[in-house]
Amino acid sequence: MDALEPQAAKRRKKQAGPTNWRAILFLMPSWVLLLIFFFVPTILTFYFAFTNMSLTGINAAQSQFIGFTNFVNMFDDPNFRNSVVKTVIFLIFSAVIGQQVMGFLIAILMNGRNSGFRSVIGSIVIAGWVTPEIVCAFVWFAFLNDSGTLNTVIEALGLKPVAWLYTFPMVSVIVANIWRGTAFSMMVFQSALGDVPREVEESAMMDGASGFQKLVRITIPMILPSVLTNMILITLQTLGTFTLIYALTGGGPGNSTEILPIYMYRQAFVNYQLGYGTAISLSLLVIGIVASLIYMRVLKVKI
Amino acid sequence: MAQGGNTVKSQAWKPKKLNRFMIYRTLPYIILSLIGLLFLIPLLWLLIASVDGGATLSMKLPETITADNYISTLSSESNQRSFVNGLILAVGQALLVIIVSGLASYPLSRYQLRYKRSFMYLILFSTGLPITAVMVPVYQFFLYFQLQDSLFFTVLFLTASALPYAIWMMKNFMDSVPIELEEAAWVDGASVLTTLRLIIVPLMLPGIFTIGIYAFAGSWGNFLVPFILLQSPDKLPAAVSIYQYFGQNGVVQYGKLAAFSVVYSIPAVVLYIIGQRHMSKGFSFGGASKG
Repeated sequence: MDALEPQAAKRRKKQAGPTNWRAILFLMPSWVLLLIFFFVPTILTFYFAFTNMSLTGINAAQSQFIGFTNFVNMFDDPNFRNSVVKTVIFLIFSAVIGQQVMGFLIAILMNGRNSGFRSVIGSIVIAGWVTPEIVCAFVWFAFLNDSGTLNTVIEALGLKPVAWLYTFPMVSVIVANIWRGTAFSMMVFQSALGDVPREVEESAMMDGASGFQKLVRITIPMILPSVLTNMILITLQTLGTFTLIYALTGGGPGNSTEILPIYMYRQAFVNYQLGYGTAISLSLLVIGIVASLIYMRVLKVKI
Repeated sequence: MAQGGNTVKSQAWKPKKLNRFMIYRTLPYIILSLIGLLFLIPLLWLLIASVDGGATLSMKLPETITADNYISTLSSESNQRSFVNGLILAVGQALLVIIVSGLASYPLSRYQLRYKRSFMYLILFSTGLPITAVMVPVYQFFLYFQLQDSLFFTVLFLTASALPYAIWMMKNFMDSVPIELEEAAWVDGASVLTTLRLIIVPLMLPGIFTIGIYAFAGSWGNFLVPFILLQSPDKLPAAVSIYQYFGQNGVVQYGKLAAFSVVYSIPAVVLYIIGQRHMSKGFSFGGASKG
């Protein structure tokens, strides 16, 4: 070992010259693009959030550093508090609970079924996930509309039609997002369930465990790492949801479905308060950064 | 006696047991069929409405089945333009992502670099950040340097936003190409660029396709980025056109909009089917988290 080490070091040193410039050359395009269009705007978020920049008026030409004013305003702003609450509700019910429970239910029910049947159901669920988000919004706009399919069914059953997007806006966007996102969780759980060794489940059955006991004591603990990873990934995905809600309800009626990205958009591009809009997006970014760091810890990848 | 009692009992239970067994067997099929139906109905409306001459927002059997919706969608010049714009964004981004991430992943996969670990951690970390959160500062940035309303710079931004994930995947794909093959070629006098072109690229073609498909689908389906960075009507891609159709006009011809949506969705669906086999590998990260 000792004899080999200096040799290896020497060889590396020799390579260091030509290798390094080639490495730099190859990495350069990605660095330039990431730096200009991704890292700089991310870092600028932290700066812009402390300015009174706006899209029109005097502050458009020369914005000033205003310290924590945006953040003080933010915490006093009932609309901001509203959108934090809506974001949390939307995250928990549409992603953490909705998509995961639905995805797990489908995956576990599919386990061991007829493969033709599996692929038909799987394809239908995945279709909602593959379809572009704006089309999903259109499809749900039609489904939940006053004269949409859901109300037609309800009327056929002799019940009164409901203006879903006005009466239950939050439930509507949550259901639409579950429909759109379930496929991801389903696929994660399918592959995780495939990794659970048959022998473990069989020996539990031999020892007299019921189906439910087997599920709670064996299957779920064994796929727990995937559940955790999946939960963080879909949280991150759902955190940035804009299109689906913006096209379905526009954040309304009132601000009943105005999650943070929608409120950020409204402040920055409708009310022209870019500085304040950036302060809101910073809060979104911070949640994303924390979730991202947790994700890296949980994943424990070897690089 | 006891034994006799048992046999009688078990015989009496037999039909009931069979019944329960039947329920256990069929119940998952029933539940799954119901779930499948619920997932299918919203999409089915889209497909039916797109061939219905008098489509409404509710699902119904079409009175007349017609291709008119598709014909008028595809023959409209502004629609054609929005598809072309979408293609420019998606193809341009996918190609750039493949080239740039391919180049970057070579040293990351093959060389001992001092900051490799930190760089890969930064890349992994960036894959998690929601793009939505940086759109306002990106817009300010574009405004300041007069880059807004340009398809070219929108492609560059889309490329940068897809790069972290693409570099991550590309490096992993390249790691699985054995270095011995390259070393053999080097001995024969091949340069790094030659081995990259003639050995690595052909061997990781499935991976390159996967990344390309992922990149294409990502920008083809993207609404927010072009919605914010582009303004001229003649530069808007299909995603934004759909929104404008059903977001602004009071009376919409739903059949035509449905046909437009179907045409717009086809590339994403087809590419997904092509890439499915390779993509499914990416989902077994349960193993990674155990190690």
